[in-house]
Amino acid sequence: MSKDDQILEELTSSEYKYGFETAIDADEAPKGLNEDIIRFISAKKEEPEWMLEWRLNAFEKWKTLKEPKWPNVKYPEINYQDIIYYSAIKQKATPSNLDEVDPELIETFKKLGISLEEQKRLTGVAVDAVLDSVSVATTFKDKLGELGIIFCSFSEAVKEHPELVKKYMGSVVPVNDNYFAALNSAVFSDGSFAYIPKGVRCPMELSTYFRINAANTGQFERTLIIAEEGSYVSYLEGCTAPMRDENQLHAAIVEIYAAKDAEVKYSTVQNWYPGNKEGKGGIYNFVTKRGICAGSGSKISWTQVETGSAITWKYPSCILKGDNSVGEFYSVAVTNNMQQADTGTKMIHIGKNTKSRIVSKGVSAGKSQNSYRGLVQVMPRAENARNFSQCDSLLMGDKCGAHTFPYIETGNKSAQIEHEATTSKIGEDQIFYCNQRGIGTEDAVALIVNGYCKEVLNQLPMEFAVEAQKLLALTLEGSVG
Amino acid sequence: MLKVENLKASIEGKQILNGVNLSVNPGEIHAIMGPNGSGKSTLASVLAGRDSYQVTEGSISFLNQDLLEMAPEDRAREGLFLAFQYPVEIPGVSTTNFLKTAVNQIREHRGQEALDAVTFLKLIKEKMKLVEIDNSLLSRALNDGFSGGEKKRNEIFQMAVLEPRLAILDETDSGLDIDALRIVANGVNTLRNKDNATIVVTHYQRLLDYIIPDFVHVLYNGRIVKSGTKELAKKLEEKGYDWIRENETTIAG
Repeated sequence: MSKDDQILEELTSSEYKYGFETAIDADEAPKGLNEDIIRFISAKKEEPEWMLEWRLNAFEKWKTLKEPKWPNVKYPEINYQDIIYYSAIKQKATPSNLDEVDPELIETFKKLGISLEEQKRLTGVAVDAVLDSVSVATTFKDKLGELGIIFCSFSEAVKEHPELVKKYMGSVVPVNDNYFAALNSAVFSDGSFAYIPKGVRCPMELSTYFRINAANTGQFERTLIIAEEGSYVSYLEGCTAPMRDENQLHAAIVEIYAAKDAEVKYSTVQNWYPGNKEGKGGIYNFVTKRGICAGSGSKISWTQVETGSAITWKYPSCILKGDNSVGEFYSVAVTNNMQQADTGTKMIHIGKNTKSRIVSKGVSAGKSQNSYRGLVQVMPRAENARNFSQCDSLLMGDKCGAHTFPYIETGNKSAQIEHEATTSKIGEDQIFYCNQRGIGTEDAVALIVNGYCKEVLNQLPMEFAVEAQKLLALTLEGSVG
Repeated sequence: MLKVENLKASIEGKQILNGVNLSVNPGEIHAIMGPNGSGKSTLASVLAGRDSYQVTEGSISFLNQDLLEMAPEDRAREGLFLAFQYPVEIPGVSTTNFLKTAVNQIREHRGQEALDAVTFLKLIKEKMKLVEIDNSLLSRALNDGFSGGEKKRNEIFQMAVLEPRLAILDETDSGLDIDALRIVANGVNTLRNKDNATIVVTHYQRLLDYIIPDFVHVLYNGRIVKSGTKELAKKLEEKGYDWIRENETTIAG
């Protein structure tokens, strides 16, 4: 028995000192992970029996898996028994409108620039706001409901739409897919659920803001997006996190299912707390995101702007199962100070005439390490598969690192795969040129970096792109002396 | 406006400028000529504040301020403009966006409000005519994939938009065909007024047929060895730089 298993064994077999009954009233689970904790979470969320069974099964799988060691990142060993797996916001009942939401909470959203009222009135963006594991308010539900679109918290979907959840949950990211996916499956707190019926084009960007609030609480979000035949949806996920001293584990899962001729666009701006300059604190972001183009002619497009987290481990991927399906991955990953990112994508070509496109832009500053890791796999029956990959790295200063790990596996001779990679430095010439036109060095860097990332930023919805540009500038502040 | 006294400067320990003296007043056009390696571009770079050059001796005063104490962006904001010999490419950043950032940072420095998009575009349109630059060029990434002539015209276009007090044109004529040369010169002449001044750094006399200088200086071995009017440029064209070299040797001997 390995050491980990031993610890788990000891803990799971020891008496659970808080007791199941009393813990039910708590807003926070005690530290640690065992079967009782999972039962606690499930009961807390008033889940049906099948959901609990599913979680317990995932927990069994998790115990057999090992934490991946292959990413190009370093961090102290995580003590999974020292983490709180559930924390709910103190709230009396589910609010039916914004007036019933805790004013302090609304204040927090305002500070983050997410005034729900404003959102409701002005932007036409429906927001499923997730603050620390529990969905607080959902807007635009009625309007979406008229079109048959379901957009709600994951827990709500479990209760209201069990047939859909049962059918699709775990179908794209299996429970035992990897260590963090299994962990999430066992303890996921909440997340978002979107269902677009056949032939419906979702008229607005669906948007979710995540935020970690309570100290020492792991966040285990779970998102499921189902796009039925011929439907279209653009989904936005963005997050900010406050200053924090201890490392926080974040292991999310996003699953996307696209039926015949459906199109899903998934955009993320990720800005978890990256830790301070010495690398203390900061979020560990171990995320499994995957979409399946199940039907022919379907399309999934991932766009991500990653600026935060102490460690990022994330490979939004596409399984191109349907013939003529298309997968895209556009990524900007910025690391500064002591940040580490190992991110990229997997494009699995199964269907005929499938196409994929990868555009990855890494920016490394400070003493950070930035790795692109990508797999393009062409299965034997995937006739005429096409892939184009472009991986660019931009270095600022001489203490950071940029790494590219492209893997290509082809089982069909008709495949056409192109891979381009460049590494460049922000030139002193470029900065001096900007300076000579009256542009200060910090603004010059922001300008140059935004230009370098333009191809990816262009994929974002307009208001998101503006936010992302500001974020890039902010992240790199002070990185050129 | 500009007073350079006994300026000595070096790069990587190698002395290039050996005591330059130069005085420029508002409304004047000065041409600085000289053979390759005489220090022309070094002088332009030192004035703009490129930090790979070390000033070892001397002083520069610009609009009664100590230029050497100022950061490159502050020199620009105070009205010093350098048209680069080799304009730098910035992929993904359109000329329009780049210039808008520049204009507004300069305005902020002067305590003026930022220009809104409409006013700025109006300004751009007006200045475009001056250098006969195409709109499509402005929406393309700055100098990215531009031809040599397009880059040089873009420099003059930027100068037109930024309206500097002192413009330094560093070998702007190199690589230009005769039509482009005329356009560039026309831009410079149109922008000329009694309050601004221009320093034209060039190897050839050709440009000076279009931009008529008030003074011509010959830079040789890091020093201005001869100053005169436009006639001096003509003489140089006839006799070549060897004439200067011989003179220098005679003086030294």
